Amino acid sequence: MDDEQIYVRLTQIFDDVFDDESIQVTPELSAKDVDGWDSLTHIRMILTVEKAFKIKFSTSEIGKLENVGDLVKLIKSHG
Amino acid sequence: MNQLFSELQWLPRAPQDFSSSLKALGNSAGPLGSEMRSLALHALDLNQLTKLAKAIGKATAGGRSIDPLVPFRLAVLSNSTVDLIVPALVASAARHGIALEVLQPSYDQVAQEALTPDSKVNSSKPDAVLIALDYRGLPLKLSIGDSEAASAAVRGVIGYLQALSNGIKTNSGAVCIFQTFAPPVETLFGSLDRALPGTMRSLIDAINHALAEHVLDSGDVLLDVAGVAESVGLADWHDTQLWNMAKFSFSDELIPLYADHVARTVAAIRGKSGKALILDLDNTVWGGVIGDDGLEGIQVAQGDARGEAHLAVQRLALELRQRGIVLAVSSKNTDQIAREPFEKHPEMLLKLEHIAVFQANWNDKATNIQAIADELSLGLESMVFLDDNPVERGLVRKLLPQVAVPELPDDPAYYARTLAAGGYFEAVVFANEDLKRAGYYQDNARRASLQKQAHGVEAYLASLDMTITFQPFDATGRARIVQLINKSNQYNLTTRRYTDPEIAEAENDPDVFTLQVRLADIFGDNGMIGVIICRPSESGVWEIDTWLMSCRVLGRKVEHMVLREILDHARVAGVQKLSGTYRPTDRNKLVVDHYSKLGFNKLDEDESGLTCWELVVDGANPESAPMKVVSQGFVAVASHS
Repeated sequence: MDDEQIYVRLTQIFDDVFDDESIQVTPELSAKDVDGWDSLTHIRMILTVEKAFKIKFSTSEIGKLENVGDLVKLIKSHG
Repeated sequence: MNQLFSELQWLPRAPQDFSSSLKALGNSAGPLGSEMRSLALHALDLNQLTKLAKAIGKATAGGRSIDPLVPFRLAVLSNSTVDLIVPALVASAARHGIALEVLQPSYDQVAQEALTPDSKVNSSKPDAVLIALDYRGLPLKLSIGDSEAASAAVRGVIGYLQALSNGIKTNSGAVCIFQTFAPPVETLFGSLDRALPGTMRSLIDAINHALAEHVLDSGDVLLDVAGVAESVGLADWHDTQLWNMAKFSFSDELIPLYADHVARTVAAIRGKSGKALILDLDNTVWGGVIGDDGLEGIQVAQGDARGEAHLAVQRLALELRQRGIVLAVSSKNTDQIAREPFEKHPEMLLKLEHIAVFQANWNDKATNIQAIADELSLGLESMVFLDDNPVERGLVRKLLPQVAVPELPDDPAYYARTLAAGGYFEAVVFANEDLKRAGYYQDNARRASLQKQAHGVEAYLASLDMTITFQPFDATGRARIVQLINKSNQYNLTTRRYTDPEIAEAENDPDVFTLQVRLADIFGDNGMIGVIICRPSESGVWEIDTWLMSCRVLGRKVEHMVLREILDHARVAGVQKLSGTYRPTDRNKLVVDHYSKLGFNKLDEDESGLTCWELVVDGANPESAPMKVVSQGFVAVASHS
């Protein structure tokens, strides 16, 4: 799966999790940019990503995530 | 993970337009509560539940009435993170007819909230308090091999839980919902953990047992979380990573299941649970079609895998009846034929005496279920309808949305489990009167009379997106044509049986007009559902030698569409009249009025009940039905005018 496909899927997931279809999913996007992206919604987002891509992240991988760019790299490393 | 439970497979999948329906919630003038409920009545995942809860919150913020949902205030006390669970509770409660308001005090303040008279929970006067503790929230120390210390530990835990209950009762008057505890996966010795006092497994066994006893005595309510966790498997229930990261006491994937169990329990406290089970017969209570396969042909015997699957449905129904659930039957069948297996089949567990209302006729099932509800004087919302046929399920859901209609998997082996997993008959107490209830309804039940037809059948049929396909007989279809000709008993005007070579002959005879009819709809392809043979008799006349159809497509005006097709070809062939015969057998009473309903004129009737009919082709215009027509493979038939 290439970057573009991952971003398309992530855009759907962000709409689903944050209930906001206006979110532009870019590599720089992080929690401070999105209304309602608190620690629990973060976990719900990670869980939804794991389910959608059929992968499982380790606890330390999740702990290191800073922004969407990191998340995309992590998804690719599991692909 | 077992998908029956993790994906709530007894509920229909969420529709494609779920998100836009959510956005439109509350825009129409209709009762808000019904809209919310119909959205909640799908198998929703955590994100969908969260969105629905948000939409419910928004729609109710304006102070609009949420009838017919019943308000309920639930406080949740927990030692784990419940923030993601709360929205799921609100949305799942709507599924069960409850408008749930959840009070959620700060994290891990269980004892403070219960025991302080003016705590947030106590002062808000909830209807119930859910003590959502997991084993990590108990004052519990291992005491391996020391039975006295183990008993003391169990007494200590039960004393703690009782103190919570007393505090809440005294300070707020609310009832407590206690959860049993799912034991951790990890063992110390292995199997010995279950036997040895003071291990985690045996301590939790003892606590669950004592807690269950406390609940029966105290008027509190039990939510058997341990039972839910066992059903899905402890390793799937406990997610250690999620506990470490966010203090989730069980896997996020099972939040929809857990929330539905809480919602059922709350609904049961409010008396909203199923009281009657309405059973379809063919391919639900037994395998096969009694009208076609006969008493010897249906599968309902021990030793036959298919038969045992249907027996399991019967056994569950009987056991439900034993605890007070009323049983009824709604079947598209001739009454007498449908009763035969109950009266004569030695392997049937269900007998007529167990059925309070027996509705076997050819009306649509929504009309029948309404009649059953009237007959039993029970509301539609306490009816559960079990049917293998997705079209029947869809019709009932559409016309009678209050009736619970579980989805069923393709394999009957899982029918009973799916029905039970849906939790339609959840109850929080059991009274001795319950034992007598089923019989009570039965004594009072007469056979319901069905006058009024349910509204909206036409609109529902249009929504099925049906395509009917007509072809002449061909080699590809021959095996199925021969099978239908030799098997169909009910929707069969003449019950003439033909062999494969005889059908091949008709296929190749240019004077004989034949039709094989197929029907597809949004639920899939029903395959070949009709067979017609017309033979030239006197000049300009087609004698309808054979007209048979599958009972599966009854009530969809397929026969009207078939007649239109025959007429089209008759006109091309220069035929002026169709002549039809009804030859009565002990199985085909269903079609006694077939030709009359299609506008044929009766010419003759003999003492056996055999009737002869004719229709003048010119000017005949039978009613049309909402389906797409495909007519293919025909060459012009020789003219006989």
